[in-house]
Amino acid sequence: MDTDDTTLSETARVARAALAGVAPEPGVSKPDPIMTAVGVRRSFGGITAVDVEKVEIQRGSITALIGPNGAGKTTFFNLMTAFDTPDTGQWAFDGKSLEGVAAHKTADMGMVRTFQLTKSLTKMSVIENMKLGATGQRGEKWWNGIMPFTWKAQERDIEARADSLLSRFKLDHMRNEYAGTLSGGQRKLLEMSRALMTNPKLVMLDEPMAGVNPALKQSLNQHIKGLRDDGMTVLFVEHDMDMVHDISDWVIVMAEGQIIAEGTPDQISSNPAVIDAYLGAHQGKSLLEDL
Amino acid sequence: MNWSNIITATLSAFFGVNAMYFAISALGLNVQFGYAGLLNFGQAGFMACGAYAVGMTAHYFGISFWWGIPLAVLYAVLFGLVMGVPTLRLRADYLAIVTIALAECVRLVARSVTFKKYFGGSDGINQFSGPFVDLSPWNPSAKYSLNPFAASTNLVGAILLLISYTVCSVLLGSLIADKWTYHQNVARRTKWVLSSVVTFVVILVLVSQTEYDGLSFKSLVVGWVLAAVIAALVFMLMRSPWGRVIKGIREDEDAVRSLGKNVYSYKMQALILGGVIATFSGIMFSVSRGSVQPDNYSRDVTFYVLTALVLGGLAKVSGSIVGPMLFWGILQFVDVFLNELTKSWGGEVRIFGLPLITSSSDIGVLVQIVIGLMLVFLMVFRPQGMFGNRKEMAIDGH
Repeated sequence: MDTDDTTLSETARVARAALAGVAPEPGVSKPDPIMTAVGVRRSFGGITAVDVEKVEIQRGSITALIGPNGAGKTTFFNLMTAFDTPDTGQWAFDGKSLEGVAAHKTADMGMVRTFQLTKSLTKMSVIENMKLGATGQRGEKWWNGIMPFTWKAQERDIEARADSLLSRFKLDHMRNEYAGTLSGGQRKLLEMSRALMTNPKLVMLDEPMAGVNPALKQSLNQHIKGLRDDGMTVLFVEHDMDMVHDISDWVIVMAEGQIIAEGTPDQISSNPAVIDAYLGAHQGKSLLEDL
Repeated sequence: MNWSNIITATLSAFFGVNAMYFAISALGLNVQFGYAGLLNFGQAGFMACGAYAVGMTAHYFGISFWWGIPLAVLYAVLFGLVMGVPTLRLRADYLAIVTIALAECVRLVARSVTFKKYFGGSDGINQFSGPFVDLSPWNPSAKYSLNPFAASTNLVGAILLLISYTVCSVLLGSLIADKWTYHQNVARRTKWVLSSVVTFVVILVLVSQTEYDGLSFKSLVVGWVLAAVIAALVFMLMRSPWGRVIKGIREDEDAVRSLGKNVYSYKMQALILGGVIATFSGIMFSVSRGSVQPDNYSRDVTFYVLTALVLGGLAKVSGSIVGPMLFWGILQFVDVFLNELTKSWGGEVRIFGLPLITSSSDIGVLVQIVIGLMLVFLMVFRPQGMFGNRKEMAIDGH
């Protein structure tokens, strides 16, 4: 944990205080979980991609999900956001079970995700990308579509919100350009700010830093911390350990589909199981054996 | 060479029945393919729904001809559901395969001997558009022009024509004004007004040369007004949040789904909306001839509509109107031109001693070759079509 506590924002201190008493072991219960998954398993043919006995995500915190390639992090994301369905298990968001809930309904519940391979809608302008993100739009019913008076007022509000988000993420100068003309890093920013248009409670970011230059990484870090300051919970997948250490309040480590460790960033960086998983020592042995 | 004959035939085809029903169908296909990215190869099936609905009302159901219109919409919705339910969750290529198969099923069932009682077999159903013709103020055996100031046009027709030309020129004028990027000190409104006026004059000059018989003329007036109304609706829909979701789905389904949109439902809406539009195309085509034959709704029709749409430009309302006009105009021009050429050269066309045209049946083949060449050149030099957005085309997938 950061030694210099004065640099932390109020919300960061609250989040870290809440997690301070939590034991650093896999599957540990959190004081106020926003998302829980119990016994979630997903296999593709003979390969078990995800086999999570229990995991909880603390509300109002920034939680990092790390692990080597093929650990099942993205599959876990897909399972939680209904882009894929677990074979067995219970998983819930904000106290409501997500079993049988369609992917598009999770956004209405307050859960939004981004993708590892950025999905900007390239042949639409940046502002159109943003406006698409707003939920509950009256004009999205086709019969209202041809009657602009039913949605014009709402559209103006949405546009104002989109513009303020764009200027917060420093994309306002690209407002009317096609999203396809943005650089890779700008697309990451666009995807994140578009996700925020849904007014989420939980933001799930799949590798937000992949392919982003160091200068932009710094500002992305600030943006992610800003989400927590605005009362959102953040769960993100990342390989950049510096970033994980810098911004996360809690770290969950996955390997071979299982949760092998949990804890604060400091606890995790000194955990032998994690070092094994990343460095590849003890090959062929169960990763849980050493714990 | 009889040039006045060539010009009259070309311009008549430009605004003719074929261009009209293709334009309506292309508007539907544009909603599905241009905006939503659904590769529907079964547009002919939707058109057949409309044609058979109006054909069968008197022939089989024994009810008034006008019931055909709600029936046609019903058939198109059902056909869209049958098409979409099994395939819209799958990848786009599956939709293409299923749609082409289903459209062929419709045609084969309609022309089968077993169902001759209902659909009239391969002869189809004939002479049912009486009620439509009866309403017509025009004499079916006389000749008419789309020129609103021609002596043969009556007052109602003249007003309708003028209204539709105005709508077309205002829409096209807006488009031209958007492209008019130089002269930055001129206000957009001025550019719009100027280009609308010029477009209006051009349209009047073009239509002044056309000539149609009474029944075609009635269908043309009704059909083009219908096309204009549908075009306006599609235009408004695509500028609404609904259109935004539809375009988003074309770009990336999963991204749109993650933002809380029911992608499956939107795809179904787009498929059915496009189908219902296409069904009106089928209605207009069948009433303009007073007959419906199954083989008028074969695969070729779908592909010609698609060609005309690409020629005009995908994801542009104006493209789906002008594309079919150009398609049929050029087709007719090449056909009549080659006919006249053969006539004036004494029945045979030879180039460097090679016989190019030795009988009139060669002309049909040559027309197809010219169309093919035209498409190749279009794809090389203007892949976005007449009205498509080059900048948009230049952006690749991801």
